[in-house]
Amino acid sequence: MKKSPKIALIGNPNAGKSSLFNSLTGLRQKTGNFPGVTMDKLIGKWKLETGDEAEILDLPGIYSIYPKSMDEQVVINILANPKHPDYPDLAIVVVDASNLKRNLLLFSQVRDLGIPTVLALNMIDVAENQGIVINSVKLSRELNVEIAEVNAKKGIGLNGLRLAVNKTLESGYNSNDTLPMNYSKELVEEIKQKYGETDDYHALLWLAEHDNLRQFDTQQRVGFDELQIKYGWKTQEAQSKETMARYAQLNEIVDNCLHEMPVEEEPINTWTDRLDKIFLHRFWGYFIFLGILFIVFQAIFTWATYPMDLIDGGVASLNDFLKSELPNSKLTDLLTDGLVSGIGGVLIFIPQIAFLFLFISMLEETGYMSRVMFIMDKLMRRFGLSGKSVVPLISGIACAVPAIMSTRSISSWKDRLITIMVTPLMSCSARLPIYTVLIALVVPEKSTLFGIFNLQGVALFALYLLGFFMALFSAWIMKLLLKVKERSYFIMELPSYKGPRFAHVALTILNSTKAFVFEAGKIIVAISIVLWVLASYGPGDAMIEAEKKVKTENPTLTGIDLENKIASQKLENSYAGVFGKTIEPAIKPLGYDWKIGIALITSFAAREVFVGTMSTIYSLGGEVDDENSTVMNRMRAEINPDTGKPMYDSALGFSLLIFYAFAMQCMSTLATTYRETKSWRYPAIQLFYMTGLAYISAFIVYQILK
Amino acid sequence: MKTIADLKIGERGIIVNFTDEDLSLKLLEMGCLPGTQVTMTHIAPFGDPVAVKVSGYVLSMRKDEASTIIVA
Repeated sequence: MKKSPKIALIGNPNAGKSSLFNSLTGLRQKTGNFPGVTMDKLIGKWKLETGDEAEILDLPGIYSIYPKSMDEQVVINILANPKHPDYPDLAIVVVDASNLKRNLLLFSQVRDLGIPTVLALNMIDVAENQGIVINSVKLSRELNVEIAEVNAKKGIGLNGLRLAVNKTLESGYNSNDTLPMNYSKELVEEIKQKYGETDDYHALLWLAEHDNLRQFDTQQRVGFDELQIKYGWKTQEAQSKETMARYAQLNEIVDNCLHEMPVEEEPINTWTDRLDKIFLHRFWGYFIFLGILFIVFQAIFTWATYPMDLIDGGVASLNDFLKSELPNSKLTDLLTDGLVSGIGGVLIFIPQIAFLFLFISMLEETGYMSRVMFIMDKLMRRFGLSGKSVVPLISGIACAVPAIMSTRSISSWKDRLITIMVTPLMSCSARLPIYTVLIALVVPEKSTLFGIFNLQGVALFALYLLGFFMALFSAWIMKLLLKVKERSYFIMELPSYKGPRFAHVALTILNSTKAFVFEAGKIIVAISIVLWVLASYGPGDAMIEAEKKVKTENPTLTGIDLENKIASQKLENSYAGVFGKTIEPAIKPLGYDWKIGIALITSFAAREVFVGTMSTIYSLGGEVDDENSTVMNRMRAEINPDTGKPMYDSALGFSLLIFYAFAMQCMSTLATTYRETKSWRYPAIQLFYMTGLAYISAFIVYQILK
Repeated sequence: MKTIADLKIGERGIIVNFTDEDLSLKLLEMGCLPGTQVTMTHIAPFGDPVAVKVSGYVLSMRKDEASTIIVA
């Protein structure tokens, strides 16, 4: 027996796999990545009967070993390849007792793969409520497997599970060797000859799924294709026949071991039935959904601001402290303005991410989320999305980063990819300050629509709608462009409503936040440092010259005014300023000058930098929020040197608004897209199509209004 | 031929066969076996998707998916 065996948790979605994982490992778990795929992998430690530590791997829920979506594929890539680093020494198959037959299908497949298997019989209480009594001793004998009765949610029966695992690890493989279906022995022998010694079921699995298995190269795949032709193998047909044969076998066993009490013809009106009458109602269903959204956004926009202000203040005072304590040098500047500010820019997102995941995981835990998908599917499908895209799109109004992370619940890769690609078009909270400043510049404050609605408010709302419709439109275009073989399914379980397991919710928040801070954080910090360097250094001695020039030209200025003037002059002469002037010809058709060019460059990493940069350029110091009106006044007073008229007229204002509504100016989002798609291709496409869309739209708006 | 898509809310049927081979495997794996009883439980506000009760749980599917399952 191995010192620290690898144990995989396998089971149907909603069978209680994750509950069991949390009960077994508690806080002793960490996230990792499966090589080359989008799903996170959860690993935990569990002390065995022998005192050894087992490594527990929580695999995504599957219904069979024949994958229908990307997350299911992860499991098969491991199980099909005995040489895979995550290939388990033992599998615990978690089975929902209230739906025994369907759950046992997967069990029988896993066991036939030759993996020593233990069956964890969960949700016995639910089954008993439905009048189902299972003789687990008899079932254990008939299936020839160790069975442990557990209550995964309450953590009951874990010692029994420990014993069963121990026994199975000692005795090893426990299958009865013959597969339930007919197949050509000759074919299997030829596969083994060509691809190495294995059991019959692995050989057949390779033959059927070779195109999607990472363990085979192109040449080997061609070899499998040839074998399929030679033996007239039809994958779909073979898999259907196998499934039927397994069910036939299981039917007999289940009938012997399961006693169904006579319950009333139609099961009693359960809580789930009653709640579904409301949540799936043609009017109340949508009404309640909107109400829940309202609460979620209240939380993200109002409650989250308190911890965000605390983090902001904390980072600022840390910065001040470091600046006052450390010697005044470039290294200190890099540490404070570059590194600490960069890390602060990452940490500031934590409250919103935590709140969003709190709500999302609560809605998922209770089973409500699948109802939302159910009532929204028809509407979303017209645009190449699916019912499952609703949640990420809505989350995108707060922040695209957690929104993209939440697309993991979408099982179809195509639907998921389109959702990831269009979610950043939803107007996120970072766009709000830009909208506020620019709208105030171009929309008269006192004017109203129909005498009741404040026109500035209408403009703001219109921008949010614009983002939403552009997301739908882009999704529709991508639907036409994307050619993916994968079939989109909406065959999914509507689980019964459950109270949320708060420990599980807390762990989800912890893991998602941690993943964000460490994965996306690395890239954000790197870009922040680069930007700091570009804005603080200039070619040659341009920076020193700039400071001298200000001092000689403004001999009367002192204190904060002088510093602001110097800062602004330095920025103009820094590399960032040089870049701003370089790109000026390109942005001229949109009505922008080099100053806006600098803002565009600095807000590439994070668009909320725009207002700060503008205030620096127009030589205003201090907190922007406190002196918002003065930023606006300075921008309002700016004169276009070519026309002699105010710079920020409605043409420029709307052009900028449209640009910021569509442009991809968020390093964190690009980093998250990279993390979720595991490819630089998709963030690159995202960057170019969104920025292209922004450029063209802003160009059209400026040219029309000019 | 009557399919699940034709069932009204509360109406029951016994699965006879599938017309789409690709989908049938997924449906079999989800417990929709020939001979199993299904009950239509929910129809989404715009008539699509639908949800049926089958072997003790509720399964949702799109209407075009439901129309591949022949019932009697």
